[in-house]
Amino acid sequence: MDFNTRRQRTYNSQAIILKRRNLGEADRLLTLLTPDHGKVNAVAKGARKPATKKTGHVELFTRANVLISKGRDLDVLVQAEMTEAYLPLREDLTRGAYANYVVELLDRFTFDDDAHQGSLFQLLDQTLAHISYDDDIRRAVRYYELHLLDAIGFRPELTECVVTREDVEPVDQYFSFADGGVVAPGSQHLALATVPISLNALKVLRHMQRSSYEQVASLSIRPNLHADLERIMLGYIQYTLENRLQSVDFIQRLRRMISSP
Amino acid sequence: MSKAIPEPVTKLIEAFSRLPSIGPKTAARLTYYLLREQDDTALVLAEALTDMKTKTRFCSNCYNITTQDVDPCAICSDPDRDKSTIVVVEEPLDVQAVERTGGFEGQYHVLHGVISPVNGIGPDDLKITELVKRVEADPITEVIIATNPGLEGDATAMYIQRALDGKGVKITRPARGLPTGGDLEYVDSVTLMRALQGRSELG
Repeated sequence: MDFNTRRQRTYNSQAIILKRRNLGEADRLLTLLTPDHGKVNAVAKGARKPATKKTGHVELFTRANVLISKGRDLDVLVQAEMTEAYLPLREDLTRGAYANYVVELLDRFTFDDDAHQGSLFQLLDQTLAHISYDDDIRRAVRYYELHLLDAIGFRPELTECVVTREDVEPVDQYFSFADGGVVAPGSQHLALATVPISLNALKVLRHMQRSSYEQVASLSIRPNLHADLERIMLGYIQYTLENRLQSVDFIQRLRRMISSP
Repeated sequence: MSKAIPEPVTKLIEAFSRLPSIGPKTAARLTYYLLREQDDTALVLAEALTDMKTKTRFCSNCYNITTQDVDPCAICSDPDRDKSTIVVVEEPLDVQAVERTGGFEGQYHVLHGVISPVNGIGPDDLKITELVKRVEADPITEVIIATNPGLEGDATAMYIQRALDGKGVKITRPARGLPTGGDLEYVDSVTLMRALQGRSELG
């Protein structure tokens, strides 16, 4: 980087709107994910008034082209034009609830202004599209979790036992939330916070971890296998975050509502 | 804060700085304004604040803000208002917004927020169960869900729709479209699409 060049005052970028909260009389403070600047906060002035140019272009979980001006304290969103609305997230409660989950996950695992996390932009963008249009939302969500964990340094170890470091045998195994990976049946007592993982579940997770989404999209996953995968991934994620996720409670609640009308 | 300023003054400055969008400088300016003011502005303000806190409560029917001795609130107990239609809003201020139109004669239900898992707000943090109970108990025929248009407001509306499913009420949502004085060129695609879908015939 050339330190002699003047710091650029404004920049154009793609951005996905992750969070927003009201600020002052009619402004909104937005949290955006950008490809080159990572997660940034910016004020959209006047965005709560119905007839401003920005209203509607800075909706949650949409992708927009934005022009951001760097301020001394807060950056200011000067212009915004929505480029992808991910409409089904707005029209289907379940899809919207999963969108909340993937965004909450990203928000919890990342820090503001970390440019290295810009690579997550593409992952989130694709995932929001998958959640909007795919038939199997949970498959898309599991794929996202594995690749998000990979990008931020919590990649679960699925090929060798985290205790013995030996290759995993093709039988049912255990998964340790504390050690972040598979534990061979014989070493289960040596690892903390373990749950059983079936060989089938392990195979699916491994396939997702090393394949492109196009390859994973041909996979058809039965409901009880989905329940297994979800239990393991959510368990590992919530153990790592040391926190329950609100969006998970909401998804489970919706599921109960649908199954018992 | 420096010892040069007497404690009652610093106390007020600190109290002001706890308010949203008021920094230490503004807080100090407000405090010194009140200090210098000859008339009773400060005392009126003090009394108004105390009254606001001690003499108000939520209406037990619609959860709008009402005075301590008027429950149900003035709108809920008004015999001239239509009890069969209720508008569901996010905040008490939204009740005022609908009232300002002068075109609605029914009653209200204030949720006190919207479902927003990212901000840690779930259905239990809102007055949704209370709304369902109200619909079951009262002769309500239409529920107009006027949460803010947007992802969270829409999700809350869909959630309420599911919660009221099978209760025999008509559930509607205000139309959305182009704002008066707005410019078509600057309208986002979602709003424009919905505006076209909900177009109405002239004449």
